[in-house]
Amino acid sequence: MSSDQTETLSGAQIVVRLLERQGVRIVTGIPGGAILPVYDALSQSTQISHVLARHEQGAGFIAQGMARVSGQPAVCLSCSGPGATNLLTAIADAKLDSIPLIAITGQVPTAMIGTDAFQEVDTYGLSIPITKHNFLVASAGELLEVIPRAFRLAVSGRPGPVLIDIPKDVQNQRIEVSTWPQPGVAAAVAPPAADLMARAAAMIAAAEKPILYLGGGVVHSGAARQAVELAEKASLPTVMTLMGLGTMPVDHALSLGMLGMHGARYTNLLLDECDLLIAVGARFDDRATGKVATFCPHAKVIHIDIDRSELDKVKTAHIGVTGDVKACLDQLLLRVKATLRESWLSRVAEVKAAQPLRTPGIGNPRTSYGLIDAVASCLDDEATITTDVGQHQMFVAQTYPLRRPRQWLTSGGLGTMGFGLPAAIGAALAEPQRTVVCFSGDGSILMNIQELATAAELDVNVKVVLMNNGSLGLVTQQQTMFYGERVFASKYQTGPDFVRIAEGFGWRTLDLNHVEEPLAALRTALGTRGPVLIHARIEEGEQVLPMVAPGASNKDMIGG
Amino acid sequence: MNSITQRENQALGAAVLELDVNNHAGVMSHVVGLFSRRAFNVEGILVMPVGDGAASRIWLLVNEDARLDQMIRQLEKLEDVLAVRRHGADHAVFERLEEFFR
Repeated sequence: MSSDQTETLSGAQIVVRLLERQGVRIVTGIPGGAILPVYDALSQSTQISHVLARHEQGAGFIAQGMARVSGQPAVCLSCSGPGATNLLTAIADAKLDSIPLIAITGQVPTAMIGTDAFQEVDTYGLSIPITKHNFLVASAGELLEVIPRAFRLAVSGRPGPVLIDIPKDVQNQRIEVSTWPQPGVAAAVAPPAADLMARAAAMIAAAEKPILYLGGGVVHSGAARQAVELAEKASLPTVMTLMGLGTMPVDHALSLGMLGMHGARYTNLLLDECDLLIAVGARFDDRATGKVATFCPHAKVIHIDIDRSELDKVKTAHIGVTGDVKACLDQLLLRVKATLRESWLSRVAEVKAAQPLRTPGIGNPRTSYGLIDAVASCLDDEATITTDVGQHQMFVAQTYPLRRPRQWLTSGGLGTMGFGLPAAIGAALAEPQRTVVCFSGDGSILMNIQELATAAELDVNVKVVLMNNGSLGLVTQQQTMFYGERVFASKYQTGPDFVRIAEGFGWRTLDLNHVEEPLAALRTALGTRGPVLIHARIEEGEQVLPMVAPGASNKDMIGG
Repeated sequence: MNSITQRENQALGAAVLELDVNNHAGVMSHVVGLFSRRAFNVEGILVMPVGDGAASRIWLLVNEDARLDQMIRQLEKLEDVLAVRRHGADHAVFERLEEFFR
């Protein structure tokens, strides 16, 4: 505790002061009755600016965007009742992708809890399974402990969301404060067991056909450099999960790109051959592994994760190491010998050449692959890329040249349509010098389209590339492939005029279908500062290939 | 207890888990939620405060299930769970209670 002079402050003022002391400079949210004392206190803050979202889910994802690009906890606020329930999707999304998010919700006054008061909902109960931890605050004094603790929890070990539910009377309660707690920071993680690291290094040395498997934990740990160094030193071909993209540049000689359901043929086929899988900060998600029993069937497994409960959860490891990924990789780098592995790397090159990722239409900016390639050609590695969820997301994951950690923001675990636009706004707020491009679809964009207003108001440097196929493309694809071509409820009978909608929100627009020189128009639009919507009609019925049927083995890919 | 869990009881052994937890409203919810959302039935629950009441002890009677190791690791991750100990089904705590359930 640091000592200052004694002040009499309300719970709400204490919240704001503690956020300031944490170094928070932007919060997102929407005010409403039960959180108004906090908003009133916030209005007096000279350090914190508030971003007014148009839907609480948007506020949650704007905060996520800030957290994802910075690695620092970001804060969103909402009212009780519907404000809180609207936040839940963004919180659950943060839980599944291990994003440090602090959600502060107003609650009806303590005396009214349990009476079905106006806008009362059991926010604490609702948020238990989707937070790392949550609090229902009983007194203003408790805030002095709860808020720094929430920040500590959000960033310690495996990051995640923490919710703080504060009844209105607690926000209004005035108490004397003479000492302030230290800001909450990440707790130290025990170093990895030396004997396990030595055994892991020996197993890597003994392997003939190893593959390194990098997940989002490498991003969270800030260990991309170490991961690439390990791959280079030990000659490890490297696959990445959807969340791990960017940790190794995709055009690195050792990169095998993304594994799993929409991975390239060579990627999944080489995994099928490997004799050692070194999983780092990855959790063997079913979209990555396919049928687990046949995933890497010949491989021993080294699994490194900061969360012990991930070890042996899906696949039993021969060596399971609990520890911070960066510390573990540093240890491994000291212990592994430089290795050439000529025969394995030549086999990798052979399979890569024989079974490449096919990208039909890549030369034509009026196709999905071609549009993504054209966008990439207009940008450099400083750009940040977000996506929504669906076919466009997989096309981008397959082919966008991601080359740095935290360049890539996507809803991996929860797969939330509506993520992309607000996450892009958050990314642009946190790093205003960058161009942020959100690839979206006509299904996804509608799920948080109200945030076009927020982006216009803030004049953030966000470009939305809207790939419009008039349908829920990935649903159509699954119905076509696995449900006897009974395409149902996945094609829109009418589509809105997205260009006019965006203009109505105050965005600049480009309709790629109405220009003679799409590449030149794209370059101009992407180079124009401020929000721009780029609309592109994509042919209906395009499929993302290859595809592994849900529940099938990864080696049994369809198409591609 | 439904018929499926009765059959499971016969097929599988049981285990007793002893948890030291912080004593405040909501902790039970965190603990039992871990089980219920995995459709993992908790057969018996006992909770009482210990010492000055800042902490409680929770005793859980559960089926031996392939997922039990994972459940214990998940319990250990809960912020309000201070320690988890695993015992065999023959632990006295539930046996002595049996007379209250006749």
